[in-house]
Amino acid sequence: MPKHILEMQKITKVFPGVKALSDVELSVIDGEIHGICGENGAGKSTLMKVLSGVYPHGTYEGDIVYDGEVQSFHSIPDSEHKGIVIIHQELALIPYLSVAENIFLGNERRGKNGLIDWNLTNHEAMKLLEQVGLNENPTTPVNQLGVGKQQLIEIAKALSKDVRLLILDEPTAALNDDDSEHLLGLLRALKERGITSIMISHKLNEIAEICDRVTIIRDGHTIETIDVDDDAGMQDRIIRGMVGRDLTNRYPSRKHVVGDEIFRVEDWTVYHPTQDGRVVVDNASFNVRKGEVVGIAGVMGAGRTELAMSLFGKAYGRDITGRTYLHGEEVQINSVSEAIKHGLAYATEDRKRYGLNLIEDVRRNISAAALFKLSKRGWVDGNKEIKVAEEYRGSMNIKTPSVMQTVGNLSGGNQQKVVLSKWIYSDAEVLILDEPTRGIDVGAKYEIYTIINRLVAAGKAVIVISSELPELLGTCDRIYTLAFGVVTGEVPVAEATQEKLMALMTQEKEVRA
Amino acid sequence: MTGTANIKDLLVRNIRTSGIYIAFVVIVALFALLTDGRLLSPGNITNLVLQYSYILILAIGMVMVIIAGHIDLSVGSVVAFTGAVSAVVVIKNDMPWWVGVIAALITGVVIGAWQGFWVAFVGIPAFITTLAGMLLFRGLTHLTLGSISLSPFPQSYQNIAMGFQNGLLGGNGYDVFTLVVFALAVVGYAFSAWRTRSSRIAYEQSVEAFPLFITKIVVVAAVVMWFAWQLANARGLPNVLIILAVLVIVYSLVTQRTVFGRHVYAVGGNLAAAMLSGVKVKWVNFGVMLNMGVLASVAGVVYSSRSNGAQPGAGNMFELDAIAACFIGGAAVTGGVGRVTGAIVGGLIMAVMSNGMQILSIGQPVQWVVKGLVLLLAVAFDVFNKRRAGAR
Repeated sequence: MPKHILEMQKITKVFPGVKALSDVELSVIDGEIHGICGENGAGKSTLMKVLSGVYPHGTYEGDIVYDGEVQSFHSIPDSEHKGIVIIHQELALIPYLSVAENIFLGNERRGKNGLIDWNLTNHEAMKLLEQVGLNENPTTPVNQLGVGKQQLIEIAKALSKDVRLLILDEPTAALNDDDSEHLLGLLRALKERGITSIMISHKLNEIAEICDRVTIIRDGHTIETIDVDDDAGMQDRIIRGMVGRDLTNRYPSRKHVVGDEIFRVEDWTVYHPTQDGRVVVDNASFNVRKGEVVGIAGVMGAGRTELAMSLFGKAYGRDITGRTYLHGEEVQINSVSEAIKHGLAYATEDRKRYGLNLIEDVRRNISAAALFKLSKRGWVDGNKEIKVAEEYRGSMNIKTPSVMQTVGNLSGGNQQKVVLSKWIYSDAEVLILDEPTRGIDVGAKYEIYTIINRLVAAGKAVIVISSELPELLGTCDRIYTLAFGVVTGEVPVAEATQEKLMALMTQEKEVRA
Repeated sequence: MTGTANIKDLLVRNIRTSGIYIAFVVIVALFALLTDGRLLSPGNITNLVLQYSYILILAIGMVMVIIAGHIDLSVGSVVAFTGAVSAVVVIKNDMPWWVGVIAALITGVVIGAWQGFWVAFVGIPAFITTLAGMLLFRGLTHLTLGSISLSPFPQSYQNIAMGFQNGLLGGNGYDVFTLVVFALAVVGYAFSAWRTRSSRIAYEQSVEAFPLFITKIVVVAAVVMWFAWQLANARGLPNVLIILAVLVIVYSLVTQRTVFGRHVYAVGGNLAAAMLSGVKVKWVNFGVMLNMGVLASVAGVVYSSRSNGAQPGAGNMFELDAIAACFIGGAAVTGGVGRVTGAIVGGLIMAVMSNGMQILSIGQPVQWVVKGLVLLLAVAFDVFNKRRAGAR
């Protein structure tokens, strides 16, 4: 009988009107890496908040048995004191403070006089950085480092608190493949040192690669805990558990009926808005045809988002040169509103920051980009607006009690459907979807793919930007690869493999023609 | 989502907006009691409206600035400066009253455009731009007036703020015209509420239950007609109230029903998302600042007319009263939330408290303490609500 470091027994958590968790069971063996899978809104984060003391003892039912004792955490410091540290999906680092200051924030290394001992602080920070495999100066401000490195700093911070149980909420969601690989390697190394980890993840191949066991949660219930093995059926079993139904095909099939060219970009070059002389997009050329889904594959920092946003009414960058053609005719698009009038749409990769007005309701988010369709001489027709919102709620299957619901209260998948509704209602002909399925669960992903298929079937052109290669292979007709701002290849999907794309995505800059 | 909501649902759902009305009723009742009813005497009600009208006018513009995510600290100085311009035109140069009004309004447009330019196109935070404006326009006021007061205005100019519409339909000890105007307003309100409700039902949206709907209209009608009766028994319909009513109606429509109004909410709610949805953010910001300048000049005219002259120190601290009115009225400090009607009720809460405490002969220092605490509690209530709503 293996020793359990943590047993959560019959955890029930009720919010006004909603039962978020009911009788959830989770047991974690000492020294293992334990995965948690579930759709968005299944209750994973709530469970972790119960565990870490965000929801204090007494606000939930059930027992947390940790180290053989029933715990009653009243706050995060309580749980951290026992060696339980949680790293949230949105990193909690302070951008203008140094690496060392962030690591010891709230836990400052002080000398005898009560003042901060900077030599000690930086020295200890250096040692912790070594442990996580990060070769950075501890006095560097955190905002000068990429997301991958920031994630490692969070782990170093956890190590500084003598962590015994490390909880990671989708640690690799924002990381590229290299950084993800490094992070997973680090978790394995921590396991060697006897640190137990709980990892929430949507990436099943990651779970398969690193976890010992995985617990599946759906609608606030524990479905099952299974041992991870190499069996090919395991991923299917996890998916089945998460969605409660079989997903025989993760990508809906589609008839390819590709027509004439709608949108073409030639020699598109964009400079960084603040760093003089830095080229972000370098002579990019590509096109997309009616009824076609074109993919743009590239790792983070390859210039994908910058390319898309600069095309969308020059919303990014400066000294932009190059030509854009719609239906064969050259067009100049200098502002976002012009881009919308020309039938372009850009659904951002970060919908909370750039895509939605979270404090506004579903109805007004859907109409936000196309008020001109709802208004006469500046006056908005509020009734028609409601009608439109209701139509999209039905046709896009947005799960909300009412179109008057605040968008911030919806799940990620439903928020993304609101974003797509907004652009479809703007009558866009060319839709650029930047990471359209980031942070949303398997079931909602399938729905998003179905929507993409419906769009191209209706004669639109769709450009999908993604760093998940299986997603591009499953949805696109043609895939362009982007590396360091340069278009390095164009591959029809029939000839594309993950290996081939990855090779093109990591090609060095000398290919510039 | 067909269905009707009962009164409890409505209150809970709209606690942010309904809380303010409840607070208003409670405060009015409290001071009516403390002052043995003197607060609600016909003469005092007229007085109350006249005395705080310029704060309410400022609050209308301010709430739009705050919804867009900015703040305007300069309005007190702008009130003084536009009043001074008008006084120089009318008193020093013997021009007719309306020339003074137009001169003040043009000054307001120029000031609004000036501050809008720096905020929207140069990108200086409104806090800094208008802090500078606060000093700048106070200085210009002193220079314009030579640091001395200018008075009196001719009667025609005084009538803007001090005049009444009375006896147009004959008096019987009370003014029939006032009653007719208010009765028409009540009918208009009932009609538009009815239309909104019907179309909501047609679009299968949730509406309040029919008895509740009727009760609401009857209560509003009763309160409004009682108010009209008080006015009719005093001096009739104040001109200022007409100006104020027109502004409230126009700006409620602008904020709730126009594309521009929508864009103001969008910019304040999420600037980046608004920009990427094709909203011309710079022009929206320019627009709210320009509008604030214009409304500040309207307030400047009303204030100079009421005080029958222009003083170098006029309008001191008005900005703080206007800002407080908005936040008490439910506007969010972070932008994106707020209503014109909320700001007006917030302003009236301040007005009733000041007026009530004056009647009770409570000194100015205590009034400041009380007002400060009320502002703090109002925003604390708002923060508390948000935390509860976002607990999940």
